[in-house]
Formats: sequence, C-alpha cells, structure tokens
Amino acid sequence: MTAARQTWQVTLRGIRVLIRQPAYLGMTLTQPIIWLLLFGALFKAVTRIPGFHGGTYIDFLTPGIVVMLAVSSAGWTGMGFIEDIAGGVMDRELASPVWRGALNAGTVIYAALVVALQTVLIVALSLALGANYIGGVGGVLLLILVAALLAAAFASLSNAVAVLARQREALIGAVTFVLLPLTFLSTALMQQSLVPGWIRSVARFNPVNWAVEAGRSAAMSHIDWGLVAGRIGLLAALALISAMLATRAFASYQRSL
Amino acid sequence: MPAAIEASELRKTYPPDVTALDGLSMSVEAGTIFGLLGPNGAGKSTTVRVLATLSRPDSGTARVAGIDVIADPLHVRRAIGLVGQKHGGAPEATGRENMVAQGEFYGISGRELKQRVGRSLERFGLTEAADRPVKTYSGGMQRRLDIAMGLLHRPAVLFLDEPTTGLDPEARVEMWREIERLAGEELMTILITTHHMEEADRLASRLAIVDRGRIVVEGTPAGLKTDLEGDTIQVELADRQDAGARSALERVAEVDEVSLVERTLYARARDGGAAIPAVLAALDAHGVKAVSVTLARPSLDDVYLRYAGRAFHNADNRTEEVAA
Repeated sequence: MTAARQTWQVTLRGIRVLIRQPAYLGMTLTQPIIWLLLFGALFKAVTRIPGFHGGTYIDFLTPGIVVMLAVSSAGWTGMGFIEDIAGGVMDRELASPVWRGALNAGTVIYAALVVALQTVLIVALSLALGANYIGGVGGVLLLILVAALLAAAFASLSNAVAVLARQREALIGAVTFVLLPLTFLSTALMQQSLVPGWIRSVARFNPVNWAVEAGRSAAMSHIDWGLVAGRIGLLAALALISAMLATRAFASYQRSL
Repeated sequence: MPAAIEASELRKTYPPDVTALDGLSMSVEAGTIFGLLGPNGAGKSTTVRVLATLSRPDSGTARVAGIDVIADPLHVRRAIGLVGQKHGGAPEATGRENMVAQGEFYGISGRELKQRVGRSLERFGLTEAADRPVKTYSGGMQRRLDIAMGLLHRPAVLFLDEPTTGLDPEARVEMWREIERLAGEELMTILITTHHMEEADRLASRLAIVDRGRIVVEGTPAGLKTDLEGDTIQVELADRQDAGARSALERVAEVDEVSLVERTLYARARDGGAAIPAVLAALDAHGVKAVSVTLARPSLDDVYLRYAGRAFHNADNRTEEVAA
C-alpha cells in the first residue's frame, strides 16, 4: 500500500511535467501523427512487393509504428534521473526510506501511460486512413497492452543506464545506438517472409519483434491466441526483469558515491 | 546524554587514489548543533553522505540516533533529515506537491500529511508560494523548502550540508536565524557543514575542523579561540618571499608560530602591539619590504591556521588546483 502510494507520487510527477509544459505535450501528441503519416507515405509501395499479403499498407504498418514509437518514447525515460542526480533531487530521495522500486516503477508507469495515449492517437488516425481492425476493440486493447509492456521494459532499461552511467551522453548514445537496429531487425516495416533469413533468425530474440508480432496478430487479423499470449508473456517477463535491474542500479549507484 | 552521532575511524577512497576520509572519528551529543568546518575537499560532505546512508565507507563504523548506518540504513533514514548542498525540490512541482511527495516517501499520508504540510509551509513562510512551481522560488525560498522537507517527518538528527552556500548575505542571515530557532525549539541534533568561519562561530555549540579527511581539532568555538593566547600579527609583503623572510621573523623573541602564505606572513604574539616594532625591524634588517601590518584577536581562521597549518582560503585554492 505504501509502495503503491510512493509509486503514484513518482508517476504523478511525470504527469505534471507533461501537462504543465504545453510545448512538450504538443510534441508528445503530434509525434505519433507525423510518424504514421510519414512512414505510411514512404512505405506505401510495400504492398506492391511480390509475395506481400499483409493487407492494406496502413493495416500492416500501424502496429509496426506503434511499437517503434513505444521504444523511442520510453527510451528517454532515464533522462529524468540524470537531471535528478545532477540536481539534488536524487540525493534527497535516496536519503529517505522510500522504496527504491517505486522510484523506477513510478517513471515506468508514466512512460507506459504516455505510450498508451500515443497508441490511441495512432489507432484513431489509422482508422481515419482506412485501417481495418479485424481484431475489434479487444484487439486494439491488446495492441495498447503490448506497446505499454514494451515501453515499460525499455523505460526500466533506460533508467538503469541513466543511474549507472549518470551522463546524458551515455544515455543518448545508448538510445540512438539501439533504436534503429532493433526496428530493422524486426518485421515492423517489412513482412516476415520478405526479410533476409538471418534477420528472421535474429528477430526471434528481439523484444521489438515480439511486440510487432503480437500487436499485428491481435489488432489486424484473426487472433492467433497462442502467439499473442506467448509474446505478451515474454514482454511481461522482460519488463519485470528490467524493473528489477533498474531497482538494483540504485544500490550500485550508492556504492559508487 | 547519549551521543546522537558516533563515527569511528571512517575511511573512504575514491578511485584512483583520492582519499576523502582518512580515519575520521567524531561524536556529537544529542540536542546540540555541531559544526564541521573545513575547506572544499576536506571531507565534510563525504562525512555527511556516509552518516546519511547515501554512501558507504571503505572501513570504520558509524551510528546515528543509536542505529548502525551500515547494518541498518533503512532505520537510520527514518531517523534523519538531510538537506544537501544542492536543492532537493523537484523544480517543476509546487512547494506543496514536493512536501506531499516527501511525506509519502516517509510513510505519512492522508489528513495527517495534509496538516503537517500546511503547518510546515506556514512555519517557513512559504504559504503564499506554496502552489507555485519551485523553479520560480528565490535561492532563499528554495533553501527554506529544502529544510521544511528535511524536517517533515520530525527527524531526531538533521544534516545541513553547507546550507547557506550560494545565498546572498541577507538570505544567509535569515537562514542562520532559522537554524538557531530550530535548535532552540526542537530537541534535535543538527550537524552542519560549512566553510564560513562566521557561520560556524555563530551557530555551532561545538565544532571540529576537518582537513584531508581527518578531524584536526575539536572544541567549542570560544574554547578553540581561547586556546590561542595572544594576537595574530599579519604582515603583507611587497613581493612574494622565500622562507628567508620567515626565518628572519622566527628569530624575533616576541613572536612564535610564524607561517608564510604567499605574500602574507602570520605570526603569533602574547602582546601583539608590543611585538610589531621588533617584527618590522627584523624584516627591515633582512631587506624585506612590508606593505601593511594588521593586528587581530584570534579568529577561527587562526585556529584553522594553527591546526591545519595553512590559511583557509589557501587550502581552498589547493583543492581547486587538485580538482582542475
């Protein structure tokens, strides 16, 4: 109970930052729209590649863009901790008896909420562009869940990097290094049967691809429950392990003080 | 009275070979204000960080409010308040929001928390600013909020790490009054670090001078000054001098404890006024030109000079050079 209240205070801090800075809120809300329109325009021809059978381009791309956005949005979560360390906020928090897990979980929940909101926007826009959500409302909710779980995993990893490296540059480097390879080593933008065999093999171990497959199956086609449940299980496990890792990072940070 | 803070042989090194604490031991009686005085890099902040469970010593033991900081940090955290060198408030949140979050972190909630936050904001003169983002606060207001946050859970021991650094003179004096009021009203032990002699002199009932990770001398401000009998003669020289100027003074019978720091000679004399002619004559005989001579009753600066072997501002320079 106390842990939940403490977590909520941390989440609340993020929400306040978002709603009190109109420019930041504006960018957070327009980014998904720009991504969907740009990627949609760029990859429209993908449906004309021989062997493509993923439906309309917008049906195919939407889950991929949701997942990319989840990673890039949540990847920056650790920036908050870097600022807190540079200011005195982190010292004050670590000198208090607050549950360390709450410091991580609060920011992770915030990141997942933002991604959920962005996903809703993308879904709404893609509907306007003619996407058919064969999976119905349930499928869309599963897509949101998948995006939120992936965001949670990457938010924790970002926090861990931030607390261990304590440098802006290190986090920027890690996020930019990881984002594109993870996206391109997945079926986010290209149908599985059309990517090279080695990418297909690597993609099996790529969390971004787990999310793409689960999201696409849940929202855009007749749900393959086995696949969706399996991928969601993997994502949930990753989110949990990452959270434990990020929570332990505080102890490691304090040992270095 | 039992000791509220008890540290023994604390050692801490940072890689590659910076010794922050070099066998520091101290004891602070409950209900007193204890000052840790020393230049930047002397080990004051490291001491506070170890005692406040932020950092672990390489060796040594410490108990705060009777609890072992290494074996049981969680219970120490419940018993202490920390006001760090930097502002601890979240800048984008309001003062009240910061206070509420702080309370929840200490397990205080509901009506009890709301009342405490309201009273505390009132007490520190922040009621009007309570619902404004902290980043709009002046330095003095942020400091008052820091202290209000540090006191919200009514700690037995409060750590104030350079609480007035960066404040303008007016805000500094106001902060001193606040700290004096705290010590008067609450039965609290306060450990304050500072590099301002005046601050330590005014606030602390006992103080220790820290240098190079150890405590070099400890006592009451008055006692430390009384231990230095006589006056300090300070001679400003026209040019930077070698040790020759110093040895010239050392031969003067009226003075002792001569030290030379850059262009300034310091000497102690039982009767400073009577010793000045002899001092000037000795310098003259040695061909050393004096620009000015000052006579002073002992200050804490002299105490520092005596025990740490160099002037305060100079020790500061040294650490800056090391840092650069």
